Amino acid sequence: MNDVLLKADNVHVGFAAPGGRRIRAVAGVNLELRAGEIVALVGESGCGKSTLARALLGLYRPDQGSVSFEGTTLPTGVRGLRGYRRQVQLVLQDPTGALNPRHSVYEAVAEGLRIHHIPGNEPELVAEALSRAGLRPAERFMPLLPGELSGGQRQRVVIAGALALQPRVLVADEPVASLDASVRGEILALLLRLRDDLGLASLVVTHDLGLAWNIADRIAVMYLGRIVESGPAPEVLTAPRHPYTKALLSVLPESPERIVLSGEPPDPARIPAGCRFHPRCPALASGAADAVAQRCRTVDPTPLAADATGVACHLVNAVAEVAG
Amino acid sequence: MTEDTVAPLLEFRDTTITYRGAHGAVPAVRGVNLSIGVGETLGLAGESGSGKSTLAMSVLRLLPSETEIGGQILLDGEDVTAMKWGRLRAVRWADAAVVFQGAMHGLNPVRRISDQIAEPIVLHGIATGTGVDKRVRELLDQVGLPTRRANAYPHELSGGQRQRVMIAMALACDPRLVIADEPTTALDVMIQAQVLDLLSALVAERGVGLLMISHDLSVLADTCERLAVMYAGRIVEHGPSAEVVRGGRHPYTRALSGAFPTIGDPASRLAPSGLPGDPPDPSRLPAGCPFHPRCADAVDECSTVDIGLRAVSPDHDAACVHVPVAEEVHS
Repeated sequence: MNDVLLKADNVHVGFAAPGGRRIRAVAGVNLELRAGEIVALVGESGCGKSTLARALLGLYRPDQGSVSFEGTTLPTGVRGLRGYRRQVQLVLQDPTGALNPRHSVYEAVAEGLRIHHIPGNEPELVAEALSRAGLRPAERFMPLLPGELSGGQRQRVVIAGALALQPRVLVADEPVASLDASVRGEILALLLRLRDDLGLASLVVTHDLGLAWNIADRIAVMYLGRIVESGPAPEVLTAPRHPYTKALLSVLPESPERIVLSGEPPDPARIPAGCRFHPRCPALASGAADAVAQRCRTVDPTPLAADATGVACHLVNAVAEVAG
Repeated sequence: MTEDTVAPLLEFRDTTITYRGAHGAVPAVRGVNLSIGVGETLGLAGESGSGKSTLAMSVLRLLPSETEIGGQILLDGEDVTAMKWGRLRAVRWADAAVVFQGAMHGLNPVRRISDQIAEPIVLHGIATGTGVDKRVRELLDQVGLPTRRANAYPHELSGGQRQRVMIAMALACDPRLVIADEPTTALDVMIQAQVLDLLSALVAERGVGLLMISHDLSVLADTCERLAVMYAGRIVEHGPSAEVVRGGRHPYTRALSGAFPTIGDPASRLAPSGLPGDPPDPSRLPAGCPFHPRCADAVDECSTVDIGLRAVSPDHDAACVHVPVAEEVHS
């Protein structure tokens, strides 16, 4: 497929931890983002979703595997990465931390233009980016300092800073988690509108499944460094197949039947043998997976392909084989 | 302890709370009437600046000393605002306890969690000597923390475990009222479900009253029987949870319930719903209904007349011009 913009191919990212242990935050992930597509990468804290996002931005170099943009492996040098980051921009959770409190809105947006030596009329480019991000009239916002803006407006400034560079991809890490409930919808609507108007693709990293329902075309569910289920968002969210995805959806308010997993997400420094989810798997615990239990405990399911609609689960795949 | 069957555990009567700052007076709470009885659960929803946390903190007078409180805040029929310092200390933890938001900041980072849970037990003379240890272990057990973690420091625990410690502390002196301020905000969905289940179980088993605060209407509706929605320092809607969430009569309530979509609902698929504008600055509220600048259903009257609560049904009120005036609810 040639409209693939961003692709992770068997990406592993690890960190050294005290005691000579290795934290395997991302442990073999395939993922792709196509032009004009919004993909939600969902999972709990510590599942590796933010690490994966940073690897896609070239902020971490994979220990193994590769990240490519339009078919070319990411450059490693400072200059090459600078060019790449013009194409793929990052929007963080906390806009207050992302903005310099003493820089005006104008400066915040113009900074990227200067770093990347973007030709053209700077005030015009800044004004255009601000109004695209919904800060209109742009002139009124330009002289303001972040302290004079609301949380939603600050996040719009961060998004405007990214848009000024005319990127192809936004990587947004929990873009609305720190915003008020009533403002959240407006920021999500902005991401949708940017996709529709500019064809801007977004990878949205979030723990919020409602957000995925609101805006994502595809969804990838991550657990302990691996993608365990992926596919079109409506399908995965309304008919989840992996026991983990099922549990995640079941604990949302208004869900009829709750499957509350006990305990905390396990430690990425000690990934269980076999299927990484097996110690917490409700299907295994209830006996529903007895036929494949031995494999669950000993065989690591094959990682999903980048464009897959599928599930990395022995039980689901065994049932599918029998049926198919 | 007054075992009065008439007085609710907690009652706000025309409560107003005004902060005095360098930039003048900021009215954070502008006339609230609410009550919680024994074993009742009330959810208080609203956004930053709506006054919901201010209202909650006022119950134990945890606000800056220069804050002005008007009206009454009755705890078991006794006005908190008139309590002497010593009485207030006796009431804190023992009659009413708070589970603060952001468990990392609510705990002392350099003290073991067992010592922190023990503190209110010792201060209030609930137990002495080895009895304290026993009580601490009992509490840890109740909130689902392994007792071997008793000597851990807060940083050695996960966010969900820290929140459990906060709940254990709140339960230490067997309070009859628990105030939980955004108890699950920073937590993952699975841990959130565990904490909410725990709170619900405690309410059911011990018959404590629960005032729970959140910006997430659906979380509140899952845990609480009744919901009150706050905007710009006032209650704008109040009623049974299911009715408020599914049949909200105030446009702001509807916006809040739409903000967290129901997965599977075609209306919200690829259509996030939000409100234009931002929550108002409490020191510069718009004239008329404070919500009117953001309201899609506003009519001319809304910019001049501040509508009080109107009865939707006997136990459901909303402060909106579109609710037909049967009778203005006595506020």
